[in-house]
Amino acid sequence: MNSLIDLRGSTAIVGVGTAGCGEAPDFSDMEVLARAAHAAVADSGLTWDDIDGLATANLNSPMWALNTAEYLNIRPRFIETTNIGGSSFIAHLQPAMLALASGQCNAVLVCYGSTQRTQTVGRREKLLAKQLIDPYSYEAPYEPFNPPTSYALIAARHMHQYGTTRRHLAEVAVAARQWAQLNPEAFARAPLTIDEVLGARMIADPFSVYDCCLVTDGGGAFVLVRSDRARGLKHKPVYVLSNATAVWHRQVSSMADLTVSPAADSGPRAFQAAGLTPKDVDVVQLYDAFTINPILFLEDLGFCAKGEGGSFVEAGAIAPGGRLPVNTNGGGLSCVHPNMYGVFEIVEAVRQLRGAAGQRQVANARVALVHGNGGISAASQSTALLGTDLAL
Amino acid sequence: MTSILGAEATYFTALSAGNFIIQRCTACSKHVFFPREICPHCRTTVLDWVQPTGTGTVYSTSTVRRKPELGGDYDVSLVDLDEGVRMMTRIDGIPPTEVRIGMRVRAEIVEGKAGKTVVFRPLGEMA
Repeated sequence: MNSLIDLRGSTAIVGVGTAGCGEAPDFSDMEVLARAAHAAVADSGLTWDDIDGLATANLNSPMWALNTAEYLNIRPRFIETTNIGGSSFIAHLQPAMLALASGQCNAVLVCYGSTQRTQTVGRREKLLAKQLIDPYSYEAPYEPFNPPTSYALIAARHMHQYGTTRRHLAEVAVAARQWAQLNPEAFARAPLTIDEVLGARMIADPFSVYDCCLVTDGGGAFVLVRSDRARGLKHKPVYVLSNATAVWHRQVSSMADLTVSPAADSGPRAFQAAGLTPKDVDVVQLYDAFTINPILFLEDLGFCAKGEGGSFVEAGAIAPGGRLPVNTNGGGLSCVHPNMYGVFEIVEAVRQLRGAAGQRQVANARVALVHGNGGISAASQSTALLGTDLAL
Repeated sequence: MTSILGAEATYFTALSAGNFIIQRCTACSKHVFFPREICPHCRTTVLDWVQPTGTGTVYSTSTVRRKPELGGDYDVSLVDLDEGVRMMTRIDGIPPTEVRIGMRVRAEIVEGKAGKTVVFRPLGEMA
């Protein structure tokens, strides 16, 4: 291998699974992870004995790969546990691709689970402990209500600089809800209008409650193998065309320009390694922790010019029937968001590329872009391009 | 080492004594905030401590909505000091929803829940 371009299409996702999405009362993080992992392995047509690579992360456990290998009783030869927040499970792709290409391992299970919504015991104590263990020394005195406050500061600056409006933000929430209404697995499926978003209880200006992602339970997993192994398994392989990750900061006060995220770096690198441009993308998954995120990422990833994300999403442009299908499962805003959402974006992209997305299926989907966001201020970004055999 | 304390301890020790100080790199002359051991611009390790002019401009602002019985709404803003560095802070002296991007503000030290804190007040002008 001489360059990352050589990795294009060298691996494929052959199994996906979810479990406990929405509410899974009386289940632990590990229990929903295990059920999702089991579903993904079964979906792949491989057996547990084939799994010799493990990628996982959890916000409550710094050595979560140990917990996971023990619980699943596997002895992986490749372990990847980079934790950069919600984008982690997308950022796990490239190390896994390299490990598969080198022959270090033959089948990587990427898995995640959280029962953040229903596991309420000790929630306040855990938050206080985190603030002690890993403090934000220079921001904490001002009591930002994070993550909403940091993304609200990003949104406010974007509005000031580019004329983006609360109505633009509401378009993102309503589009997500309309997709969710087509997805039986989505958690929030009641009708939602722009006026309802605008008139709802404010959380952190300019965000109302509908501008903020859900807090749900849920587990998600997928299995990645070399492409030669992928053919002849249970499902049509979904090839990984590229993956690139960027981390620039942690605190919103350290973000050089609040209107430009590290997606402006991960995106172009991912497109270059895949030999594609935004015009080639049929279906898009953008990590929508807040309604400003898809607007920011559409710009940073090159779907529109900087500052035009607001007008890009106008008039249902990213909703069902719009010009670009974005967050077709309903996103973190209306489908599922158990602390970290990235793995669910990959699951949805695979379902779309298999043509197995039911009522919400995007016709002739050949290339999917999956973009993860992590940290409390768009701090980590990981972009992946996936495709069917027609995209190779 | 220009200080017997780490940069973070130096900053908070000064603040608790009522002094708001920031770093200035002796090699590249750029100001630095938050305090660090290595200049993030030129990567040299000798950073002086200086008193900023205390004036700055609101770069972004948000109001945290909180129930009245818990203390009510409050401001969280980002301010660009005239020295060219940015910090999270709170704008005092006006209702949180009236803070605007571009407002000129001046620093003051107030007693917060966990010791002295740098906040800002409007100067009554826009940048």
